[in-house]
Amino acid sequence: MKVTTVVGLEVHVQLHTRTKIFCGCVNRFNPDAPNTQTCPVCLGLPGALPVMNQEAFRLSLVTAMALNCELARFTKWDRKQYYYPDLPKAYQISQYDLPFSHDGWLDVSSEDGETRHIRINRAHLEEDAGKNTHDESGRGGDSQVDLNRCGTPLLEIVSEPDLRSAAEAKAYLEELHLLLTYLGVSDCNMQEGSLRCDANVNLHIEQNNGETIATPIVEIKNLNSFRGVEAAITYEADRQQEEYSKTGRKLGDPGVEKETRGWNAERNVTFAQRGKEEASDYRYFPDPDLMPVTVSDEQLAEVRGSLCEFPAARRDRFEAEYGLSKYDASVVINQGEKFADYFESVAKGCGDGKQAVNWVTQNVLRELNERSVTVADFPIPADVLAALLQRIVNGDLTVKSGREVFDELLSDHDKGMPPSIERISAIIDEKGLAMLADTGELDSLIDATIADHAKAVEDIRNGKLQAAGPIIGKVMKQLKGADPQTVRERIIERIQQNS
Amino acid sequence: MSLSTHTTQDLLDQLQSGQLTSTELVTTCLDRIDAHDERIGAFLHFEREPALQQAAEIDRRRQAGGTLGALAGLPVAIKDNICANGTRTTCASRMLENFVPPYDAHIIERLRQADAVLLGRTNLDEFAMGSSCENSAFQQTRNPWDTERTPGGSSGGSAAAVAAGMTPLSIGSDTGGSIRQPAAFCGVVGMKPTYGRVSRYGLVAFASSLDQIGPFANDVTGVSRLLEVLAGHDERDSTSIDRRVPAYSQNLDQPLDGLRIGIAKEHFVEGLHPEVEQAVRSAVDVYRSLGAEIKEVTLPHSKYCVAVYYIVAPSEASSNLARYDGVHYGFRAEKFDNMIDMYSATRGEGFGDEVKRRIMLGTYALSAGYYDAYYLKALKVRRLIRQDFDRAFEEVDVIASPVTPTPAFKIGELIDDPLAMYLTDIYTISANLAGLPGVSLPCGFSSEGLPIGLQLQAAPFEEERLLRAARMYERETDWHTRRPAMNSNSAS
Amino acid sequence: MSELTVDDVKKVASLARLKLSGDDIARYQKKLENVLSYVHLLDEVDTSDVEPMAHAIEAVNVFRQDEPRDSLDQAQALANAPQTDGKYFLVPAILDEA
Ligand SMILES: [Mg+2]
Ligand SMILES: [Zn+2]
Repeated sequence: MKVTTVVGLEVHVQLHTRTKIFCGCVNRFNPDAPNTQTCPVCLGLPGALPVMNQEAFRLSLVTAMALNCELARFTKWDRKQYYYPDLPKAYQISQYDLPFSHDGWLDVSSEDGETRHIRINRAHLEEDAGKNTHDESGRGGDSQVDLNRCGTPLLEIVSEPDLRSAAEAKAYLEELHLLLTYLGVSDCNMQEGSLRCDANVNLHIEQNNGETIATPIVEIKNLNSFRGVEAAITYEADRQQEEYSKTGRKLGDPGVEKETRGWNAERNVTFAQRGKEEASDYRYFPDPDLMPVTVSDEQLAEVRGSLCEFPAARRDRFEAEYGLSKYDASVVINQGEKFADYFESVAKGCGDGKQAVNWVTQNVLRELNERSVTVADFPIPADVLAALLQRIVNGDLTVKSGREVFDELLSDHDKGMPPSIERISAIIDEKGLAMLADTGELDSLIDATIADHAKAVEDIRNGKLQAAGPIIGKVMKQLKGADPQTVRERIIERIQQNS
Repeated sequence: MSLSTHTTQDLLDQLQSGQLTSTELVTTCLDRIDAHDERIGAFLHFEREPALQQAAEIDRRRQAGGTLGALAGLPVAIKDNICANGTRTTCASRMLENFVPPYDAHIIERLRQADAVLLGRTNLDEFAMGSSCENSAFQQTRNPWDTERTPGGSSGGSAAAVAAGMTPLSIGSDTGGSIRQPAAFCGVVGMKPTYGRVSRYGLVAFASSLDQIGPFANDVTGVSRLLEVLAGHDERDSTSIDRRVPAYSQNLDQPLDGLRIGIAKEHFVEGLHPEVEQAVRSAVDVYRSLGAEIKEVTLPHSKYCVAVYYIVAPSEASSNLARYDGVHYGFRAEKFDNMIDMYSATRGEGFGDEVKRRIMLGTYALSAGYYDAYYLKALKVRRLIRQDFDRAFEEVDVIASPVTPTPAFKIGELIDDPLAMYLTDIYTISANLAGLPGVSLPCGFSSEGLPIGLQLQAAPFEEERLLRAARMYERETDWHTRRPAMNSNSAS
Repeated sequence: MSELTVDDVKKVASLARLKLSGDDIARYQKKLENVLSYVHLLDEVDTSDVEPMAHAIEAVNVFRQDEPRDSLDQAQALANAPQTDGKYFLVPAILDEA
């Protein structure tokens, strides 16, 4: 019995504008001062009217382009009507039958390293609701309503049910998160709810007779962490399989409707939400207070021209331009745009992409983790690291000495001395690594010595590195005070270079 | 002094020349309200002191030689569905009985800038839904010409207040005829501007794609003066159009050369009171005598206006009025079992019958399975109605018609037959559906002494031409100078 | 032709969150049905090639710049509310979350 988990995600992204979507209230996460960022418009006061925020629309276009969506030349605003205390007008301004974009896709790397092409059904723009806080005491006390969030521009991105596992759903969400962050359209702060997600989950179960059945679709509401998405889908898949083995109920059976479930992150379970007393009937109709939007080819070209390079394209380019492996390119790109920029400056500056990627993914990343800072606050600027690596690339410095310089630059910083290109030379001098600066002297000495030790050279080429001992001894005798380890590395390098 | 013998222009001239102070004028209005409004019921509420203070302030500034706005010192009464910061705005509904907006409607800002004196709040059908003021949750406004009759609606309070000489100017809103019909019933001039001409920001929405704020006065000049202040672009209303506002009152007295007046046969059909027909046809004769060209036009989809309207308006209303749910402002029921019950109890108790009926109608028309048959169908016929007018206005400058099929009806006469009540708007609704400007002006009296109105409609944004055409007729007649006989023991 | 049943009226009342008494329902049913059957006058109009007209004017692309404006202060925002604790709007417990 082959069981496939089938998942489609509806992701809600808060757009990073200065003001709300239909009024001039600031768009800022501010739960500590409830109901201080409201006005007649977002309070839904009688007589107040919405006016569309141009920047919210532009950011939406940018995102839809990055998601390879078709962009509508004509789009309009509709009212979606339902009663809830966090929705003061009792309708949400959204888009129904003519969303501004549709039919896009996002490529995601799955666990097995395959690229999965996830289709996007549509992306539309709408307003966020406020926030209700419920009495947790269980005594049924009043609920509190804060409308600060009400009217925050929200982009809803609906995928097709193309995801095939909980891990893949998580990977999709991570890729989307990365893209949105790159584009600067959202801060994607999941703790603050600026990226939220509903998951539609069911199973395709292949029967012994070769027929495949589908279990009833369940929508898990309001997942707000990557881990939560993965855990909730995993739980739900197991639950549905168990449910199916008990009841045999499947999609299309009479009385089977889409079920809505919540996610309890503490107990790690999904739970049935109380069924609505009537089937939802949102009575969508065009909002008479807002005029439609038309988009011309010229406008689209203008927006397209302003776009940054998308992560997927940059990943490919890093592979091609800097000779990175797929894995290394992903590590760099997935750290975010600033990190990728840092890498790229270092790679350009030192002229060696592989050298650069080794350093940034190992030394730099380790330091960032230890220091709990982002690359924006990393003490060694890209041009300084590039200058350091250039010496290694040129053969002026061994990798090991380079690390010493790197560590010294960091401790300089911790003592209040800013790392600089000049400091690199100074450190090399102080540490006595300076002698290697005259590689001509060392190299000609090594070359001369090598010439006298044909047998040892042969052994070294065959991987017997300990055969380097006599050559090291000879070179050290003539170059007083040299670091034997450095000399050893250089000898091996010269032999391998000349092979 | 008596308001009833003075036009808006007279009053402005007297204020400017110092013959009259705003304090005197406002006091006259307030006295008049004191004397008659118990009987007429035009005003829902007003604050004496703030109005007098505002008048005194304007008088002071005038004496000091300061620059004053276009309506400086003139009282204006406001229909109680337009928000003014700090002033109760009830919409004649229990739902908003104690609602105090924290902001000014665009037109309130404009009136303040024009130094008009905000006089008080006039009665209406609850949330502007009605044609008689019978749907007000608080009181019945009576027609000053015959207190057994309705003043029309929904802006009945504003029309009656002008007719009864309680204010020279007032503001109404018109969704299906709510300015023009009460103007006709009360024998005053009322105008619905082009949709988008006056900002709706701060007008409590009934049907957003139809609502438009407009002026009432005793004559065309007064209406023009007031419209000059109200009209203009407002970036807070997406449906407000950014277009130059002509000085409507400036060229009013220049007759239009070669004016082409359209008459539609669809406007003279069964149900039209013969005296109304007679008055309107005589008015057309006046135009003919002034050299206007009278042409037949055809508006073949006219007969569908009421049906389209009673889908579109309730649909939008059902959505606009969903916000009154007892959570963020307004009335909340006292007894309920839970959250959902709180909503239902609040809305069940807070709204009157007609409002609930229209919410139900609109909810039904938008609900799953009925949307295409009702709402979408109505929007399509709406376009056909608009196209009729587009074609007609290629041939003529204005279309003349009755405002209402009959003169003012009696209080209670139609209250139990909503459909019959709806059909009284048959001549006015099309302007709202098509977005056109329309004006109602007095053109005669019935044998029972009730005013009859003439409606003129023009193409979008042709208010200037419309008002000049109206003024041509007004100059030739004296209907607009007639006043209802108020009780002899009245002040003034 | 429409047949508006009492159940339809109840369903619509529930969608619109209007608590109606039994008498109300009967009265509304009759009056609404009157209007609905009148409205079916539209059925005779051929609208097969007609675009719906949702707005009275044909403007497009009405935007505002992304520039902050003053908000109301908390007290103003809550001033008209039936029930608050001075910071939040209060409503009876919302029960549909487990
Ligand atoms: Mg949504
Ligand atoms: Zn706001």
